[in-house]
Amino acid sequence: MTAAHCADPDEAVAGIADGSTVLVGGFGMAGMPVQLIDALIRQGARDLTVVSNNAGNGDTGLAALLAERRVRKVICSFPRQSDSWVFDGLYRAGEIELEVVPQGNLAERLRAAGAGIGAFFCPTGAGTPLAEGKETRTIAGRTHVLEMPIHGDVALIGAHRSDRMGNLVYRKTARNFGPVMATAAALTVAQVHDVVEIGRIDPEHVVTPSIYVDRVVAVGSEQ
Amino acid sequence: MSLSKDEMAAVVARDIPRGAYVNLGIGQPTLIADHFEPGSGVVLHTENGMLNMGRAAQGPEIDPDLTNAGKVPVTELPGSSYFHHADSFAMMRGGHLDVCVLGAFQVSAGGDLANWHTGAPDAIPAVGGAMDLAIGAKQVFVMMTLFAKDGSPKLVPECTYPLTGMGCVDRVYTDLATFALGADGVRVLETFGTTVDDISARLDVPLRRA
Repeated sequence: MTAAHCADPDEAVAGIADGSTVLVGGFGMAGMPVQLIDALIRQGARDLTVVSNNAGNGDTGLAALLAERRVRKVICSFPRQSDSWVFDGLYRAGEIELEVVPQGNLAERLRAAGAGIGAFFCPTGAGTPLAEGKETRTIAGRTHVLEMPIHGDVALIGAHRSDRMGNLVYRKTARNFGPVMATAAALTVAQVHDVVEIGRIDPEHVVTPSIYVDRVVAVGSEQ
Repeated sequence: MSLSKDEMAAVVARDIPRGAYVNLGIGQPTLIADHFEPGSGVVLHTENGMLNMGRAAQGPEIDPDLTNAGKVPVTELPGSSYFHHADSFAMMRGGHLDVCVLGAFQVSAGGDLANWHTGAPDAIPAVGGAMDLAIGAKQVFVMMTLFAKDGSPKLVPECTYPLTGMGCVDRVYTDLATFALGADGVRVLETFGTTVDDISARLDVPLRRA
């Protein structure tokens, strides 16, 4: 089924259940689906596991969701930043669980989930605390660590433009995790700056094909 | 005189081959970008999905959709490309990058790297792309001061901080000397305002002369 076009971000996040694993795109604020996260705050789902590269910046977007105490666990590569005060406070108070994942493993575990890969071996993290308790195997003389896929119940991503079918294009480094997260969730929701008619995106330029996209909402320009 | 951060960056830049694909870690290594010769053809990779990254953006060039790994707005160059995160890390993990330059808390004589976590109980762990770069780039350079602020050496027999990667560091560029790490141990390639004997006296690591 091609993507459903939602009238507003609230319609786009309808039905997200308590306890869901939510993949949230973005690298810092670039590509972060702020309007979808704001809608998720209004929607009310709680006890969420959030998978994202960072653990929120400033007081908006993911940081605002954390501040509302709606997130039980964060799986990310880089929580600590100059402006991650919301997460830092919750973590130091023992009010949020953290799984730190090397960024390449985060991306590849999402990719594996989307591609039907049951697990994979990779040298990243071998011999470090982040590989403790994980199965290892020596391949070509090098220690590899077994990594499991990360499946999302929902992916919330920000893209630049969609057509009516849900084919997506991105802009510059705001692409980041969007294309891999779109493949890894049971329900993928994209916020875009605008939606164009079918045929207006050159098929050679489509980054995320429509098969991965379930709901689209246009949120207007970025600024 | 020991080297300033900028002088260290210039030494690293000099050793990066023309036309290399290079990832510069967050922090001090980003200074290296200012020291490539015009026409060096070095292509910078940024983990958040770009090759041929340009300099920091100024004023009207600032675009929230175009940042480097440190979330600083940057510019694109002719021949730039964008790609998603799994592709970006395949470039690292698949051995396609020629050189990466990382900061470090400690490097061991055997090339182990510790640069992501001090192990302090109240510290919030954050690894980012460091573990992927450490195991993936063809050559891993470290740029750091040779001694911590408390005077303790950062080139050590064994790392006491949690590891980022095992046996992965090829070169260590410091304010006092440059070291090559390999099967034959630690060789001093160059000293700055000091001597191999003086450095030897302050380190617990056996040093070979170049």
